[in-house]
Amino acid sequence: MHDTSAHAAQHHAPTSFIRKYVFSLDHKVIGKQYYALALLAALVGMTLSWLMRLHLGWTNLAIPGLHFLSKNGAPANVMTPEFYLQLMTMHGTIMVFFVLTTAPFAAFGNFFLPIQVGAEDMPFPRFNMMSFWVTFLAFIVLMLSFLLGDGPTLGGWTQYAPLNAMGAVAGPGQGLGVVLWATSIALFCIGQLLGSLNFITTTLDLRVKGMSLMRLPLSAWAWFITSCMGLTAFSVLMPACILVILDHVAGTSFFVASGLVINDQLLPHSGGSTLLWQHLFWFFGHPEVYIAIVPGIGIVSHILMANMRKPMLSQRVIIYCMGALAVLSYMVYGHHMFVSGMNPVSALAFSFPTLVITIPATITVLIWVFSLYGSRLRINSASLFALGFISMFVSGGISGFFLAQPSIDIMLHATYFVVGHFHMVMGVAAMFGIFAGTYFWFPKMTGRMMNETLGRVHFWLSFVGTYCVFMPFHYLGMAGNVRRYSSFPEDYLQPLIPVHRLITIAALLTGAAQLIFVYNLIQSRFRGQSAPDNPWQATSLEWSTATPPPFDNFGGKHPVVYHDPYQYGVKSSVGDYVMQASPEQVKTEHEEK
Amino acid sequence: MARLFALTIIVIAIASAAPVVMHTWVAPADISTHGHLIDEQMSETMIEAGLSFLAAQIILAIFIWKFSSFHRDGEIRTFPGGAKGLVIAAIALVGAEVLALGVFGVKAWADVYLTPPSADAMPIQVQAGQFAFYFRYPGRDGKFGPLHPELINEATQNLFGLDPEHDPDSRDDIVTAEMAVPVNKEVHLLMHAKDVGHSFFVRELRVQQDFVPGLDVSLHFTATKVGKYEIVCTQLCGLGHYNMKAYLDVLSEHDFNDWLKKEAAMQ
Repeated sequence: MHDTSAHAAQHHAPTSFIRKYVFSLDHKVIGKQYYALALLAALVGMTLSWLMRLHLGWTNLAIPGLHFLSKNGAPANVMTPEFYLQLMTMHGTIMVFFVLTTAPFAAFGNFFLPIQVGAEDMPFPRFNMMSFWVTFLAFIVLMLSFLLGDGPTLGGWTQYAPLNAMGAVAGPGQGLGVVLWATSIALFCIGQLLGSLNFITTTLDLRVKGMSLMRLPLSAWAWFITSCMGLTAFSVLMPACILVILDHVAGTSFFVASGLVINDQLLPHSGGSTLLWQHLFWFFGHPEVYIAIVPGIGIVSHILMANMRKPMLSQRVIIYCMGALAVLSYMVYGHHMFVSGMNPVSALAFSFPTLVITIPATITVLIWVFSLYGSRLRINSASLFALGFISMFVSGGISGFFLAQPSIDIMLHATYFVVGHFHMVMGVAAMFGIFAGTYFWFPKMTGRMMNETLGRVHFWLSFVGTYCVFMPFHYLGMAGNVRRYSSFPEDYLQPLIPVHRLITIAALLTGAAQLIFVYNLIQSRFRGQSAPDNPWQATSLEWSTATPPPFDNFGGKHPVVYHDPYQYGVKSSVGDYVMQASPEQVKTEHEEK
Repeated sequence: MARLFALTIIVIAIASAAPVVMHTWVAPADISTHGHLIDEQMSETMIEAGLSFLAAQIILAIFIWKFSSFHRDGEIRTFPGGAKGLVIAAIALVGAEVLALGVFGVKAWADVYLTPPSADAMPIQVQAGQFAFYFRYPGRDGKFGPLHPELINEATQNLFGLDPEHDPDSRDDIVTAEMAVPVNKEVHLLMHAKDVGHSFFVRELRVQQDFVPGLDVSLHFTATKVGKYEIVCTQLCGLGHYNMKAYLDVLSEHDFNDWLKKEAAMQ
């Protein structure tokens, strides 16, 4: 813990447009840039999912204008099977990397972590700026694959070997498309490594006087734990992507075994390993699930306490649970590979920690739910999404109990059950965390309030809609509906097509509801009611400073922290709370010793 | 609004559980000797997970109903027992569930993967390639001839890359596009990928296993009911993935021998 004046970034408020809004070193601007990128990516990803859902419901449907996206992929505007797979790959990649990692971690974390620890900025502002622009470049490179060659790769966001390393001979998009995908993801990894480095040093080195680790808000803890995961997970994925690129351009055979034949031609590769890619990918891939969801756990806890007007039963237990999830996430990755041809004994070894990881997840849910007991719960858009997050986290998490068991996985692997599981727990739940964060922090980020009525309409349509979309996925999976099929010619799948049609209608409506959010965001940004400094009567340091915060966050002052982060349900001179930076001494039963 | 939200959570929770309780969408009946173990494991997990799901959602809804802004002036209270009680309860309950499911689940897995096939199991080789399965039976000599990938040629129907001229073991090998097995006879499936990753999934058999290019994987099962079942690929293998399938014919021993003779005559 240090005085920030000695360590914080030594830079001054810029005056030129370029340095203020484009190549800015200010963590707050970079946070907003990440948010804008995530919003753009989410809209692209959602549009792709609409196209996929329309095709799954009505295979031969002509979608007006589809041929603009791909001439070969949509003759007469009807989607081809390969174009479906290309859209699916792009949807998964965009959503996992550029939305679920970018928004809750990089966007909110960048804006609020330095303020919540009381710092003026991150310790390496140039790295921070570079982190965003490298991520932006990664997005551009990924989008370029729509325009170049024969389109994006069709190998799915997991890009399994050896399909990812054979080149154009393996299908449309498997040449240049894969190279662009791997380049984009390697760049993304560099961006997140630079970001993680900044987050870790900010948390450890730039805390103000009085801000002990246990006085950090849970959101700050979540970003810190996530950045530790990011540092280790992305540093494995990046070299793996480089190896894929080398298999394409340098004639290496890291992932292609010998003796493989395509189109009656023996491929000139030898000595590669199919399973090597899966081990490298999932060593990143499973922690990535927690990189997407742990910030949500922290953000939702942070928001809930401000709206319950009381602290959680134990902040410390939630911190330990987030830490346990992070550590265990590296020990469970093999559950993605139960039927992959890996040694079957190791399946049992990966199964046990996967089942054990439900313990910290369950404890977290119990702490949230039973903390509601005896609260004065305020209902607003932010708290509705936070409570919705808990409901989704439970629904999505519980299906993990099935997939953790290798014997059950024999039946459910690669079915829509898995798709339902991960969409609910890391997709929808994480999105609800992002929405809760947006409604809660928007006033601080922009100086204006969001429209509460539109926020509530957005919540209701999203909450009911996402259940209508993703719960039936589980039933389809239990009936054996295989994923990653562009249509269902198999006899046994045909009776399930009406369910797919219902899901498509629900998905279109739920997606349309997100446009209400986008409208609210833009409209409130320019015409919203002016926001006070502390509209929610919250306690952490971001609410101690002006709205929006000045360039150096605290206007040349260095706050001193006197309290634990969530002193709600007390009697003070300002009401039922006392701010972290307030020297006022109040009697409280809740301060953890 | 809080009460409406609480009611919505309860309605969604019950509506989500209803199709499961009513068996609206279920896997087709098991036709294997090991499948009942998987089905039992699935049922036990469904009961435990289903009850946890309902309990969590309903308690969440009750607390939202009871402690929402209607009670804004109510006294702040802490749940009796605090965090300690909840942590102990979670570790005890979920821990017991984890141990029970983990331990019992091993048996179903072991039956499929950790038990070797019996010595008299019938060997069948399956080759997966973009976007078809082909099957090979060893013929009268009971031996498979070696594979020569460089000889694979679809135009001449040398689908496995066999060289009967130089390999005597290949001469009586029977290559088919459909898979037939005798009922109640253990089959030892030798899985070989020609190009990229694929998977072998037969819902009724309760069997799913990936093909790994460069690594031969094996699987064994016994089908117990005569009938025709779909074999589908579940590992994304390229543009024709959705259309990669074959049929498994489970035949009586007599019918199977007739089928094999007919296929042998067509080689």
